Amino acid sequence: MTLALDTPMQLVSSRRRRLWIERVTGLGFAAPALLLLVLTILAPLAVLVVLSLTNYEFGGVDLDFVGLANFQKALADPIIRRSLLNTLIYVAIMVPGGVFGALLIAILIHRRTRTRSLYEVIYFLPVTSTLIAMATVWQFLLHPSLGPVNGLLKWLGFAPIAFLSEPSTALATLAVIGIWQILGFNMILFLAGLTAIPRDLYEAADIDGCSGGIDRFLTITWPLLGPTTMFVVITTMITAFKIFDTVAVMTRGGPVGSTEVLLYNIYLEGFQYFHTGYAAALTFIFLAFILVFSAAQTFALDKKVHY
Amino acid sequence: MSASPPLVATVSSAHSAARRFLSLVLIHGVLIAGALFMLAPFIWMLVTSIKPPAEIFSAEIALWPKQFYGVENYRFAMEKAPLLRFALNGVILCAGILVVQLLVAIPCAYALAKLDFPGRNLLFVLVLLGLCIPVQVPAMPLYIGLAQLGLLNTYFAMMVPFFLSVFAIFLFRQFFRSFPDDIINAARLDGMSEFEIVWRIVTPSAWPAIAAFAVFSIVAHWNDLYWPLIVISDAKLAPPPLGMMFFADAETGSNYGALTAAATILTAPLVLAFLIARRRFIDGITMTGVK
Repeated sequence: MTLALDTPMQLVSSRRRRLWIERVTGLGFAAPALLLLVLTILAPLAVLVVLSLTNYEFGGVDLDFVGLANFQKALADPIIRRSLLNTLIYVAIMVPGGVFGALLIAILIHRRTRTRSLYEVIYFLPVTSTLIAMATVWQFLLHPSLGPVNGLLKWLGFAPIAFLSEPSTALATLAVIGIWQILGFNMILFLAGLTAIPRDLYEAADIDGCSGGIDRFLTITWPLLGPTTMFVVITTMITAFKIFDTVAVMTRGGPVGSTEVLLYNIYLEGFQYFHTGYAAALTFIFLAFILVFSAAQTFALDKKVHY
Repeated sequence: MSASPPLVATVSSAHSAARRFLSLVLIHGVLIAGALFMLAPFIWMLVTSIKPPAEIFSAEIALWPKQFYGVENYRFAMEKAPLLRFALNGVILCAGILVVQLLVAIPCAYALAKLDFPGRNLLFVLVLLGLCIPVQVPAMPLYIGLAQLGLLNTYFAMMVPFFLSVFAIFLFRQFFRSFPDDIINAARLDGMSEFEIVWRIVTPSAWPAIAAFAVFSIVAHWNDLYWPLIVISDAKLAPPPLGMMFFADAETGSNYGALTAAATILTAPLVLAFLIARRRFIDGITMTGVK
């Protein structure tokens, strides 16, 4: 009621006061985040740019600017080329497996009423498990002579396979473990997407004579899941590109470099050999790929993959 | 003649019932096969952790142990490695990170959503850019900085890169934007400070988003290996994944009974938390995932 008694002058000045308070509190509320943003992201990025142009080695005293030599070295380095190729092969195996496997499971689970939550729990379990601990178990599962997987193969009459110590199978085996870990996560995202599809669309399709499961999938489910699928594909790509844990624990890049991946090489160069300048350049190559994937995501979300 | 229509009906309904049954068998067949693939490592882990070495290393592979050896395996694992300490480190790490993340992100998200201040758009652009930068990118400069300050091998070093969660800011901003302005204005007229408005009015309303983010943050940092591996060499400070790695190295990879016992102990807390708060986890992933 006091407001009604205020003169226009007072109203203007109280409005100004409000704006001023808003500016100050806004800045104050954003300040801690801004400070951390500078200290833990922006300043490190700036330092990284400088480091990538030098031959600095952590612990050493010399620091010479070498221009783009680190980048030239990285692009010509056969080890880095191989590790980049390995990373991309890993992505190429894990993305289709992790996305379409999850889509299949989600579609099958979605219509279940009594068993749905049981299956959800089972498929989601690996997401919450500590991958490093489970990697030890996988190692044992796949053991050439003691593991049950090879036991099963022998029982079926096949020759045993040394999954992790054979250069031709090691990377694919890690990718299967990657799929095992991410499947439940993607399944949950697909289930959310499926729930958002209105039921009457399927009823309408029934009336239009589109009754087969595959028909319904192609005309309704797949197009309407477009945005979800796009999102899942890109997040899976980014996750797969960051493969590090299983390599560090299970294979350490071996056998004969067949599982050396980009992040593992960056870790070795930066934190084991302390070739800091060189590792900084490698980090930018890593970042470039991540940014391309993220840009694809923004682009896809903008375009709203709708039909 | 008169008997024929019902006959056709029964035949076709029997036919469709058979089809339904067949498709159910097929669906559950695929789901169960997949479920076995998902569960196999957990089953094998539990079974191996109660097997004696003789059965682990025997050529014939049996699921169930003839001799129960669980006590010995778990005792050996607990004696050889401070597993409970690793788990405690995991709790300290996750709790410390989460508390600071919320304290920093909530006011910032509120400011971005509801307050007009200079540089707001720039800050938001920086937040969006920050979303694309994984911790592996600033890792080396951060490591050098922490080494210069003599802070390696501390809880602080393990937590500091994650204090700022641009993702939390982004998520909470989306949530706060839909909070009605009228309520905020009414609170202002009642003489509440912006500080009180954030923590006593807006934050409680964002509880689902906060719970979702907490799940996301805890799962990520309980299981993170890359950063602890870089800044921690003291086993006393190791979180579960790093502790497991130390243990597997120190105990030579061959004592599978003890290794799987250790794996069980370090995997259990998060898996049990998931089984208890299943809906929270799944809703959390849905909300943080789809954005």
